[in-house]
Amino acid sequence: MSKMAKPELVPMNGSEAIAKAVVQSNVDFISAYPITPQTIIVERLSDLVATGETRAKFVNVESEHSALSACVGASLAGGRVFTATSSQGLALMHEVLYLTSGLRCPIVMAVANRALSAPISIHGDHSDMMGSRDSGWIQLYAENAQEAYDWMIQAYGIAEDERVALPFSVNMDGYVITHSVEPISLIDNSVVSKFLPPRQPPMKLDTENPITFGTLTLPDYYSEFKRQQEEAMRNVPEVFTEVTKDFTQLTGRHYDRLIPYELENAKVAIVSLGSASGTIRWVARNMRKKGLPVGALKVQLYRPFPHEDVAKLLEHLDVVIVLERALSPGAHCGPLASDVVCSLYNHSEQPKIMDVVAGLGGRDLSPESIEKIYRTGLEATKPTGLEMEFVGVRE
Amino acid sequence: MSAEKPGWRTLTRGAVITKPGSAREFLTGDWRTKRPVLTESKCTNCLFCWLWCPEPAILRGPKTVSFDYNYCKGCGICAVECPVKAITMVEEA
Repeated sequence: MSKMAKPELVPMNGSEAIAKAVVQSNVDFISAYPITPQTIIVERLSDLVATGETRAKFVNVESEHSALSACVGASLAGGRVFTATSSQGLALMHEVLYLTSGLRCPIVMAVANRALSAPISIHGDHSDMMGSRDSGWIQLYAENAQEAYDWMIQAYGIAEDERVALPFSVNMDGYVITHSVEPISLIDNSVVSKFLPPRQPPMKLDTENPITFGTLTLPDYYSEFKRQQEEAMRNVPEVFTEVTKDFTQLTGRHYDRLIPYELENAKVAIVSLGSASGTIRWVARNMRKKGLPVGALKVQLYRPFPHEDVAKLLEHLDVVIVLERALSPGAHCGPLASDVVCSLYNHSEQPKIMDVVAGLGGRDLSPESIEKIYRTGLEATKPTGLEMEFVGVRE
Repeated sequence: MSAEKPGWRTLTRGAVITKPGSAREFLTGDWRTKRPVLTESKCTNCLFCWLWCPEPAILRGPKTVSFDYNYCKGCGICAVECPVKAITMVEEA
């Protein structure tokens, strides 16, 4: 770090930072349909294409289903491809999400996380991506605009690696990250170009060497290709480590799949995704000053889920509180808690798990509400078990 | 599943077919559970079966028809339509 010149900080919101990263990543093809709160990303990219700041082709379409379909074609033709969406748009893309991963297209998509209708909400929660959780995409949740920017660039490095070849979604909480202006440390174009050389797929659509994509498989072959996809997911941690290490060398910024905070001697911890994680750490730090044994765990990489490391970091705790910004109606817990419980299942020590559903539809997760959640955990008595409750919802 | 089919480690990534025009190698006759068998002495070569077959799986011959088992899916229409009952459907082993 000390050897590097202090980078200049530029004020940008998360959407502008994403658009900047797309241009710097030398993306060949963009197709996206505007939807709140992702709209600024599409607007900025349209501007940058129109003014010639990127040589990327921008294809306008009439829906998100078509946007991702166009992206799949461009990716199969060998291009580096970007799209962005949110909420209803992601839902409309749903079937194409599975095509993208099944056809092994390393497309990177920014998802401005927003609640799903009905009732209509344009504000943030994780219901949209959680609804597409099993679509075979690598799923990462950024905490702020800087992370969203850095992750856009690293995402291509991971997605396009031959051991992986899977699509990658960079999730960013709607409004909190997409619209808040933050100081961003930009990377020089030359550094990004060195980090991300042009994509060189081993197979692509080519009239000189015709091959067939999108084939039919009957029951005697389908399972084998799903097994291939699972193997690609299992290869992600190794590639993730290599790519983030290279990124650190170039920028001094270090990323990991999980970001633990004061867990070693904590008794109660909150597990979270996305923008709430910073607030949680701030509250934890203040509570620690009062001598309260609290910690936090931010899950940065949600798919593939870092099961083993989650268990190692959490197994010694008395209470693990999972902050759930998505609802799985009728399930015993939400999607994030389900992964946490699954991770701890094979371990002898079992903390009590409290699944707290909060922050749906953009409801603010204030420091006061986080502290209240921590205190509920501190007051909870053993034995172990799994409880789910809504916090901050009027009776 | 049959032992000679390749496993996930050797199959092309994402089910890509790398050989152009290879659809002709895709034999669909293994979908069949019953196979048509001809009693040649009864066949009058009227070609009703040839007309009715939804696949080009009836092969014409100078004296009788025969079957292309690489593509016959065993639907049994030929056996039903044969006016002289020369075709019998037999369980595949």
